[in-house]
Amino acid sequence: MYWGSMSEFWAMGGYGLYVWTSYIVTALCLVWEVLALWRRRAAAAAENRGLL
Amino acid sequence: MGINWLKYSAPQAFYPLAGKLIPWFSIVAALAIAVGLYIGLLVAPTDFQQGESYRIIFVHVPAAWMSMFLYVVMALWAGFGMGLNARLSFMMAQAIAPTGAMFTFLALLTGAMWGKPTWGAWWVWDARLTSELILLFQYAGVMLLRTSIDDLRRADRASGVFALVGVVNVPIIYFSVKWWNTLHQGASVSMTGGSKMAATMLTAMLLMTFGFWMYSMAVILSRSRCVILEREQLLSWNKSASTPEPVEVR
Repeated sequence: MYWGSMSEFWAMGGYGLYVWTSYIVTALCLVWEVLALWRRRAAAAAENRGLL
Repeated sequence: MGINWLKYSAPQAFYPLAGKLIPWFSIVAALAIAVGLYIGLLVAPTDFQQGESYRIIFVHVPAAWMSMFLYVVMALWAGFGMGLNARLSFMMAQAIAPTGAMFTFLALLTGAMWGKPTWGAWWVWDARLTSELILLFQYAGVMLLRTSIDDLRRADRASGVFALVGVVNVPIIYFSVKWWNTLHQGASVSMTGGSKMAATMLTAMLLMTFGFWMYSMAVILSRSRCVILEREQLLSWNKSASTPEPVEVR
């Protein structure tokens, strides 16, 4: 383990804002994409059921 | 082996196969990203030049690599589609574009987050950054062309041609740090020269890249299933596929 304490970890040597923004936005994008696909699939399946 | 791979070029055969593969790609992606994050954020030492800001590399480089890789794969599927007149190929190209665009956006955004502390600017009109921004516009162009043409076959071809022509930008992005004297740093890892990074850093970066790749496989297969349902909804085969699934396709 590289870090001495939790606060040191969050601070990222003073670069916390930049590092954590990068990681959080990336995580949000991936999660959003998965959720959007679930919704899209549900909608596509529902539409098929209505049509057939 | 007794598997007839060609039969999976038919959407109705590909649909259940993709459904079976998605959980596996998802699990592998989650594991690789979890271990990659652990090594990258908790184990890897600091960078002697850039301090802790360098840790952005573990999302920035994988996102940037995926943005270029997915573009090439998308263009290849579009090319296959036009050469073989196979509709599943165009569906794959259609399924790849949004994920590729997302990784391009992420590469640019995390790049800005890295540029501000290291260069003092969120954005500079450097060759690497500019060509990557153009890649984002190319993805947007591919998707907009598709949605702006009602006739599916014409939409497939128009966006396919656009995607294929745009492939020239990918080597430009890749070699931009060599061809021009850019602010963007040179390659940390190259196909010929090996790596200039510490082993733990390289391990974390490669694990994150592998994780993003497997994630892309999972979401692209998932989107291809949506596309198949949306485009083939009037055909009778997916009557069974849309409700619960996976149902045997006759």
